Amino acid sequence: MKIITTCGMGFGTSLMLLMELQSIGAKHGITIEGEALDISSVHGQNCDAIFGSNEIVKSLDGITVPVVGIKNILDKAEIEAKLLELIKSTGSEKG
Amino acid sequence: MHLSNVRVSLDDGSLTPDDAIRAAGQLLVKDGFAEPRYSEAMIDAFRDLGPYIVLVPGIAMPHARPEAGAIRDGLAVLRLAQPVEFGHPENDPVRLVIPLVGSDNHSHIELLKRLSRVLMDPEAVNTLLTTEDTAAVTALFTDLQN
Repeated sequence: MKIITTCGMGFGTSLMLLMELQSIGAKHGITIEGEALDISSVHGQNCDAIFGSNEIVKSLDGITVPVVGIKNILDKAEIEAKLLELIKSTGSEKG
Repeated sequence: MHLSNVRVSLDDGSLTPDDAIRAAGQLLVKDGFAEPRYSEAMIDAFRDLGPYIVLVPGIAMPHARPEAGAIRDGLAVLRLAQPVEFGHPENDPVRLVIPLVGSDNHSHIELLKRLSRVLMDPEAVNTLLTTEDTAAVTALFTDLQN
């Protein structure tokens, strides 16, 4: 699946989050293709979901794919739970 | 990763977020990781984008774009004598400022991975927040080289 992670600059926290999502995905046998983008570049991107810290994604609107807010982007358990929940709800396990 | 990427200055007396970010940025400037304008760019980014840079309770990671005066990849660690309110609903107050420099869009990924690993380790975070020994802080990052 393709996930876009976002933060203010597409450079710091979004990259950290993307690496974490990919490592969690690998653990579950899910290939996560992804890109880290700044918040202003997210609109209109082709992807299955958008992840970002709560503080960042709360400013997003008009997005048609699921937007997942993370409270603590360094909390593996939270990220893992939310990723698995997303996969379950979208049924998009195939990479 | 070069050892000199980690700079520690314990117990700076900064009181506002801007002061704290500037003081942290000065550590980077002192070591040749960024130009002085990089500190101001980090402050501007914080003002524009908000307090999401307070990644985990008590720890902020200010940063700016490479073109804002980055010289080479690195980070610094600044512990604040007085905790500072950055305006984050859950993770305030900030006790530790870790400014990050990436010289282009990708070269700092390894640095981010190492930082993530340190910040995900509660024992390491506790050391960062409490130790008086700057060498212990440096060691947290150094150990990750292997």
